[in-house]
Amino acid sequence: MICQECNQRPATLHFTKIVNGEKTEIHLCEQCAHEKGEMFMFPHQGAFSINNLIAGLLNMDASLKEPKAPSFHNEHILQCEHCKMTYAQFVKVGRFGCASCYETFRTYLPPIFRKLHGGHVAHEGKIPKRVGGTLYVRKQIGQLKQMLQELIAKEQFEKAAEVRDQIRELETKLNAEGGA
Amino acid sequence: MNEYVFFQRALSPWMNEEGPDSDIVLSSRIRLARNMKQYSFPTVFTNEEAMQIIQSFEQLFSQRRLGHIGPFFLLKMNELQSIEKRVLVEKHLISPHLAEDCTFGACLLSEQEEASIMINEEDHIRIQCLFAGFQLKEALKMANALDDWIEQHVDYAFDEKYGYLTSCPTNVGTGLRASVMMHLPGLVLTQQINQVIPAINQLGLVVRGTYGEGSEALGNIFQISNQITLGKSEEDIVEDLTGVVRQLIEQERMAREALVKTSNIQLEDRVYRSYGVLTNSRIIGSKEAAQCLSDVRLGIDLGYITNVPKTILTELMILTQPGFLQKYAGGALRPQERDVRRASLIRERLYQWK
Repeated sequence: MICQECNQRPATLHFTKIVNGEKTEIHLCEQCAHEKGEMFMFPHQGAFSINNLIAGLLNMDASLKEPKAPSFHNEHILQCEHCKMTYAQFVKVGRFGCASCYETFRTYLPPIFRKLHGGHVAHEGKIPKRVGGTLYVRKQIGQLKQMLQELIAKEQFEKAAEVRDQIRELETKLNAEGGA
Repeated sequence: MNEYVFFQRALSPWMNEEGPDSDIVLSSRIRLARNMKQYSFPTVFTNEEAMQIIQSFEQLFSQRRLGHIGPFFLLKMNELQSIEKRVLVEKHLISPHLAEDCTFGACLLSEQEEASIMINEEDHIRIQCLFAGFQLKEALKMANALDDWIEQHVDYAFDEKYGYLTSCPTNVGTGLRASVMMHLPGLVLTQQINQVIPAINQLGLVVRGTYGEGSEALGNIFQISNQITLGKSEEDIVEDLTGVVRQLIEQERMAREALVKTSNIQLEDRVYRSYGVLTNSRIIGSKEAAQCLSDVRLGIDLGYITNVPKTILTELMILTQPGFLQKYAGGALRPQERDVRRASLIRERLYQWK
């Protein structure tokens, strides 16, 4: 079998990749496999690490790729200002460089997260008290309001009144913090 | 207490406690991944950044306590011998990645070894809490307490939409990985495990061998953990895993019952043969040792063997790993030498209870 990249050397490496149930077989010579890099590399313990799988996942979606060949217009290259990681590098290593990368690559992230996290794209859990700032209180208010609705529906008005007072208290706190 | 103890004892103190459902669930673990806002993530950070991060932790825990939890000990990877690092990996206190690849890596270990905070691994901070038996909620509570305390002193990288920002996109959101270590000889012997694993995978959970990614399920021990970290609350993630683990416990118990009912004598024979191998062999590989230990542990759970404590499986599984064997031997051992050492160590240990 001949390598499907260079059509010259014999193919010595054979891969099967399955994306959403669709099976593709790839036959490459060692040299082309190295050049293609990405997901065909062999991590040091012989095990196919999650790293490579993610990089593969990011790579497979052509629509996610930034325009190839850096042109004269350097502003087209998406690069994080803080850690200097480019989108192409991110795709290759499957790791963010720093917190700002999330901001820089923001528009590309939802489809990636959707694939990795079973369709989810937004955080639902814990919020750090200090750094999360007002978000923590706002989320608490949201939860209490929902509870209030449920209590009213169940006609448990005494408890509902307690929850309403709690909401008011939090809202005053929020306004005070916001300087309003 | 001296830091040296961490490398000496195979059983972490918390392992001696008998947790709920400990006939099947060996341990429960919670891990939280956190990063600091102002520094690049460990994959690209500079040496200075790495050192600043370690320094800030040295100051933070100068009282040897994090809030009301502690005392803690700080172990820096570049100050440990490679066998010592390996021992910590075998005890699941640090990851292979921290031991092998992180020059500026460090670890804060609690005295009882139930809490371990890895610094400068794939993320700046990885908080890990380990509990005996099936106690995911308790482990989450402790991890949250440590997390809250650290958050008072450190600016976390957090985004309103994406939650806790992590180096790898697979951890973003809660940064939470909840996992349980289960001993499932019944499901393996009745060959149900081959149907069970794919079913678990379909629920968004992952099944692995004892030592994480890509490792074999030695001694019928399986690690089950969540995959999704974004879009679900910490409590829901733990709840979902708990539900599946409950089911597995039921199925394993039923499989064991069925085995006792249909092939009692064969099972007893198997258990005692394995006990015989462990108490008599002069050369034993890690795979065979793990299988025999699993049989003996099953024999203890089913009441065939009464003179050996339950902790034998966990203890000897860890004790007979290459790192520990070499630590006891006081130097590097070739594979054949390890097998001889392993056999004599197991014999000695089991002899205590004869």
